[in-house]
Amino acid sequence: MATQRVSGSEAVILSLLEEGVDTIFGYPGGAIMPIYDALYDFDQKVTHYLTRHEQGAIHAAEGYAKVTGKAGVCFATSGPGATNLITGLADAMIDSIPLVCITGQVASPLLGTDAFQESDVVGITMPVTKWNYQVTKAEEIPEAIAKAFHIANTGRPGPVLLDIAKDAQFSQFDFEYKKCTKIRSYLPEYPVDPFQVKAAADIINAAKKPLLLFGHGVVIAHAEEELKEFVEKTGIPAAWTLLGLSALPSDHPLNVGMLGMHGNYGPNIKTNEADVIIAVGMRFDDRVTGKVAAYARQAKIVHLEIDSAEVNKIIKADAPVLGNAKKSLRMLIDNVNPNSHQEWLNEFKECDKIEYEKVISHDVFPKKAGLTMGEVVRIASEKTNHDAVLVTDVGQQQMIASRYFKFTQSRSNVTSGGLGTMGYALPAAMGAKIGQPDRVVFAMAGDGGFQMTIQELGTIAQYNLDIKIIVLNNNFLGMVRQWQQLFFEKRYSFTEMKNPDFVGIAKAYGLASQKVTSRDQLENAVQEMLDHKGPYVLEVVVEKEDNVFPMVPTGASISDIILEP
Amino acid sequence: MKQEYIITIFSEDNIGLLSRITIIFTRRKINIDSLTVSESSISGIFKFIIVINDTADRVEKVVGQLEKIVDVIKVYANTNNEMVFQEIALYKVSTKFLFESDKVETIIRNSGARILEITRDYVVIEKTGHTEETQRLFEELNSSYGVTQFIRSGRVAITKSSIEKLSEFLKERDSMLEQID
Repeated sequence: MATQRVSGSEAVILSLLEEGVDTIFGYPGGAIMPIYDALYDFDQKVTHYLTRHEQGAIHAAEGYAKVTGKAGVCFATSGPGATNLITGLADAMIDSIPLVCITGQVASPLLGTDAFQESDVVGITMPVTKWNYQVTKAEEIPEAIAKAFHIANTGRPGPVLLDIAKDAQFSQFDFEYKKCTKIRSYLPEYPVDPFQVKAAADIINAAKKPLLLFGHGVVIAHAEEELKEFVEKTGIPAAWTLLGLSALPSDHPLNVGMLGMHGNYGPNIKTNEADVIIAVGMRFDDRVTGKVAAYARQAKIVHLEIDSAEVNKIIKADAPVLGNAKKSLRMLIDNVNPNSHQEWLNEFKECDKIEYEKVISHDVFPKKAGLTMGEVVRIASEKTNHDAVLVTDVGQQQMIASRYFKFTQSRSNVTSGGLGTMGYALPAAMGAKIGQPDRVVFAMAGDGGFQMTIQELGTIAQYNLDIKIIVLNNNFLGMVRQWQQLFFEKRYSFTEMKNPDFVGIAKAYGLASQKVTSRDQLENAVQEMLDHKGPYVLEVVVEKEDNVFPMVPTGASISDIILEP
Repeated sequence: MKQEYIITIFSEDNIGLLSRITIIFTRRKINIDSLTVSESSISGIFKFIIVINDTADRVEKVVGQLEKIVDVIKVYANTNNEMVFQEIALYKVSTKFLFESDKVETIIRNSGARILEITRDYVVIEKTGHTEETQRLFEELNSSYGVTQFIRSGRVAITKSSIEKLSEFLKERDSMLEQID
């Protein structure tokens, strides 16, 4: 490849183009101005979205990465611009989301002098990035960007950050780009070991009551087809984690629902009755396991996992299978016997009946006067034929939506799982819509989370991002209030909120909006929102003090899941 | 049960890596008792020797997290009896005690220490050994004469196997990198 004489800034953009980037989320400022200046000439090839806050940019990049499977790209300036990325980096780190973040930095002679808008970004972001690097010479840029994409996208994905000093952005050099495919010190994944597969298959073939738990790893590895083939061949019931949502269709006969603190009754209590647990691309988060000492003690554990540090971290694996889930599932399919576990599966159906009677029916078809979050979610899902992208915030609405929204295709669920980042939904939905422009994208948030990043309504208006925003307003920080009710003797310490006129705010941004306060308006309002071309804010005033059930209280065994207060 | 572990980290030679390594210990509130960094026998590859006191289970998990660092090549954790290890200590005492009697000389001779430098005012004594040994000499000198300055190095350690395990590991790693697409 011929070299060309360019500035460091042009090299940044050219390198991104080499990596197939056509979308950037960001916010300019002093130390990244040369890069923004270079970007100005590439508006035919790259679309840059100016958010209203750097946190908005990075969550948008996360949403984009989740629905497309491509690394999200995000720009910010030095100092406060970079520190505003931290929450998003931590979120992407714990949820394994590929991001390439580029921050401007003060010129290299000023490093360490407390120059204007200088902060030690490489130091600050170390614990929340998979890799980071400070560039002080233009010549380093192509290799650093190539490495950044390789590291972000491969193995267990994660966020990387490049901090580029301003003088490196200015200086000229001979640009040449070579993709990075191999780093000596970095093994993205283990080649799947046939002996591990055989050991796992032997356990699975002998199982009487096997249960498969699948998580984000299945989505990341694009292993949805393999997962489906595996459960269909073996007849094993399968439960998803919060981040595994949508990797198997909701109505698949072997899909037994969601694990975890507010998951379904069946998969939780049956985890402690299964004789074999097959965990695929999940990491036994404490919200899934409840009390670890009382988790699946009776079961043999098969763990398919790409990150060797996750094996035996929380739950000891009897048969670990290291490697990429797509490859390990493929090999496992060839080694397991066709089977069916109808009686065992029926036990889940019995649990479903109990849960439906005690919880679900009251949530999604309520008879009481006040609106429930559950019925809003049900109607939104039904009216889009269960084929929309669901982006949720954190709290009660997240759990309710994850329980009742239905999915027909993968990469349809965008949520902050590990970090539990309030304010995530609105900006993440922008990235999701940009990544999947032809699909309906719902952003669902409570009144608390919505107001944490409400300024992104400005971005949504500027680019006319057709997002259907549903604000489930109970004038409370609902999940905290629920815990206060159940575990702190109803001492509602600082959880009640006096909210603004959300419709008025939406209108001020030029967005269509309406407020619903009663059941007879609800269906029509959702329909109107869906029929409207362009973004829409639907505020639904829901019951003030509703709770999410079932629930595994903190520190309790999953067997002690409660269905009602 | 807690015991002393020697963690050996082989890494690329990159700025900031030490920070990335130490935050893994900090996050779990594990104290680093000793730390030595130096280039290994393979040019361009650096070796960290870190001594901590913890349980086998926690050590195993820390090793897993250390190995996830992109610039880290390989990490080993060993107990003391699996390694040959050594530390070095320097002691400064006033020169006058050397002339008052031959007791200082006897202490130095018996403990296998040696004198590095003698000036009109002070003597610098060097001793290599395990922590208990260098500590014993410190206490002996300090109780009778007063040690005016003292420093002990981090631990250096090598395995009891006949070769550097890393060379084999690098070959294995190369073939693994070839196997994945």
